Amino acid sequence: MRATRGRALFLATVLALGVGQAAGATPAEILAGLERSARASDPAFAGFSAERGAVFFKSTHGQEWSCSSCHTDHPAASGRHAKTAKPIAPLAPAANPQRFTDAARVDKWFKRNCNDVLGRACTVREQGDVLAFLMTVRP
Amino acid sequence: MTGATKYMSRIVVALLLSGVATGVTAGGHSYAVSNEKWVSECGACHLPYSPQLMSAESWRAVMKGLERHFGVDASVDAATARELQAFADSHSASGKRAAGPATLRMSETRWFQHKHDELPAGVWKRPAIKSASNCAACHPQADRGIYNEHNVRVPR
Repeated sequence: MRATRGRALFLATVLALGVGQAAGATPAEILAGLERSARASDPAFAGFSAERGAVFFKSTHGQEWSCSSCHTDHPAASGRHAKTAKPIAPLAPAANPQRFTDAARVDKWFKRNCNDVLGRACTVREQGDVLAFLMTVRP
Repeated sequence: MTGATKYMSRIVVALLLSGVATGVTAGGHSYAVSNEKWVSECGACHLPYSPQLMSAESWRAVMKGLERHFGVDASVDAATARELQAFADSHSASGKRAAGPATLRMSETRWFQHKHDELPAGVWKRPAIKSASNCAACHPQADRGIYNEHNVRVPR
């Protein structure tokens, strides 16, 4: 009986915490959202690839900068803005739990940074590959 | 009726005085940035420059070009743009600090050039400074909007 009550209390606490972070998502949820969009636009979609994401992240795409230019080749480390030198907190969720927990924020920065790095918006597959890669990076 | 008018004029005087008080703070070269969005949006990539350092016209030009802001996409959503613009409008430079044509670069304003005219030309290229946009190199409390001359340390 006491164990049941304890479990109920634990569940209630978890739920309350969950509700407290109403805007909060997890990187896995954001990745799942990207996966749904990818599947909707391409029935043959075969899943994201962390390997492809790693190559994409570290390469330039016809412009001056790559993702690594600001976030480093090992994005569990702190980066530095390539122009202003302002420190940038680590991008890998394992090193910085605040990353990829707000879908609107993720959209905003993909829009900006893809424009800076590729001169265009990223495809859903590119975004998913990059996130899949970042989720494999360990501090 | 006369009493009410007097009362109203007292309120107006009080409001004007509080405006003057803000002006006095600015005269001490302290331009604290009081808008959270301004600090988080502008401050994401660089020091959140105080709106008091440029004219309203200059800030409007900056806001118009955020999609290509000094070569970088710094676009914001419409609601954020409205809030930032309103904050700039109500806190931008006035009087002599606003003199001269609108510009995207704070370092091109007459006020900035006047305040820095004693510095040798090469100073901006020193490794620890790099650029005139790097306020904090010499004004260590620039992130809090403090540009007081007593705190200035120009790196060699």
